[in-house]
Amino acid sequence: MKKIIQPCGLHCIKVNHLGVRFGEQVILEDINLHIHCGSLNAIIGKNGAGKSTLIKAILNDIPHEGDIEFKDRENGRIQKLKIGYVPQSINIEKNTPVSVYDLIASYQFRFPVFLKKSKKIEEKIKQALEVFEAEDLIDKQVCNLSGGQLQRVLLAMAVMDEPNLLLLDEPVSGVDQNGMELFYRNMQYLKENFDLSIILISHDLDYVAKYADKVILLDKSILREGTPKEVFQSEEFKQIFGAEELPDYVRREKKDRSSQIASKLEGGSLWD
Amino acid sequence: MGLEYGFMRNAFVAILIITPLFGMLGTMIVSRKMAFFSDALGHSALTGIAFGVILGVADTNITMVVFGIAFALLLNYISSKSGTSTDTIISVFSSCSVAIGLAILSKGGNFSKYSSLLVGDILSISKWEIVSLFVIFVVAYVFFFCCFNYLHAASIHRTLAKSRQIPVRLVENLFAVLIAVIVMLSIKWVGILIINALLILPAAASRNLSANMREYHFFSILFSLFSGILGLFVSYYTNVATGPMIVIFASILYFATYLYTRKYQG
Repeated sequence: MKKIIQPCGLHCIKVNHLGVRFGEQVILEDINLHIHCGSLNAIIGKNGAGKSTLIKAILNDIPHEGDIEFKDRENGRIQKLKIGYVPQSINIEKNTPVSVYDLIASYQFRFPVFLKKSKKIEEKIKQALEVFEAEDLIDKQVCNLSGGQLQRVLLAMAVMDEPNLLLLDEPVSGVDQNGMELFYRNMQYLKENFDLSIILISHDLDYVAKYADKVILLDKSILREGTPKEVFQSEEFKQIFGAEELPDYVRREKKDRSSQIASKLEGGSLWD
Repeated sequence: MGLEYGFMRNAFVAILIITPLFGMLGTMIVSRKMAFFSDALGHSALTGIAFGVILGVADTNITMVVFGIAFALLLNYISSKSGTSTDTIISVFSSCSVAIGLAILSKGGNFSKYSSLLVGDILSISKWEIVSLFVIFVVAYVFFFCCFNYLHAASIHRTLAKSRQIPVRLVENLFAVLIAVIVMLSIKWVGILIINALLILPAAASRNLSANMREYHFFSILFSLFSGILGLFVSYYTNVATGPMIVIFASILYFATYLYTRKYQG
């Protein structure tokens, strides 16, 4: 965490023939992905396309076929893959006596959080939070954080033990426009300054277009992958989203259009 | 104060062991939303005793603890497998087990022999039983020292905990077993009807006041200990069963903290 490493460009993560089925129902089929380190990969698709399931399968949280390897490209050595995960939301209700310190220390350290606060642990957590300008939140109750604040805290926690792969499950819900911009700038910062790759489920095509290195269009299987431009101009994209919803930078429209799309997307009405 | 009597001294020591344990356990039960789970476990004590009677075991404590552990693990397993809501599942299994227990124990009209279990009687606790409580007290605190963060992490987000290589299923099962053992070993003294109140109330009251995990546990243990000791002495002077008295004080603390929060923290 302390030393900031430039992405070396030599590692890669390969997902081979990944498939998920619940009983007879096929949720995902023959997913093959090649993720380079230092890249931001956005998964897009309609509701029910299997985006969250893909993340869960990569996390090994649900039974799946196929495998995930993490390779050193120079000599083909296979290493253990460390995954940082930022969930969509966490189970914290109103009035829950859990501070940001408690939250992070529970996942990151063994010393029980109900005993006294450890200065050493506090220092480490503060350092992690500083990366996302969230160090002032350390003693705040988690239930009182705004969506954007919580997200920065979870991001700080996710990158604390230097993962090779960062998985984000629809992180932009409940965050306003400024927060979104900040979030994607943070993504940019992470991929440029840490030795990791990012897989991100996104609903906001404008930000995907602006920041993603690679876009993966998913509907049970990968329909299309490539640069944002390639995917957005493809036939498959038009079939799924309709030509109307091309993101800003393709259509070169005004900014207000983008917020319109964003708010439509937030409500989920667009895909219904 | 009544402490000149041996039974009062024993009861006092037992309270000093049980209440901090319950205060500690309760916070995690409330955080993990397992209130109904621990309630069902308490009720299943009857079934454990019933099995002991059928098998002709001299010490029904053993069948009670064994049954409690099996029941807890079964509930955990079924809740993790089934898509139905956990509440419904626990309710189904709990009612079924209570019915079996009551049916067996009431055969021949003998149930009155067991009715003291419903309310509990801490004044009848013996030295050896205190020692067994103390052992479980130490085991519980060692468990919390080692696994608290794991349990807490799993309660906040299971998948996130798993992604951190936390043995989620294992610690959850260990915790369920721990609750089962503690509930079964203390049920005779506290009573089936109110054991859950004693687990939940101090933690719930503490939740009203606390902003972090340290305050949460500190107040919970403090409230539990306070209502335990006060309840014991007041019950001695008023000649009322001890368990209910303790629960009454714990409830008063809950409502007081609730009103305090409403007034000062909006």
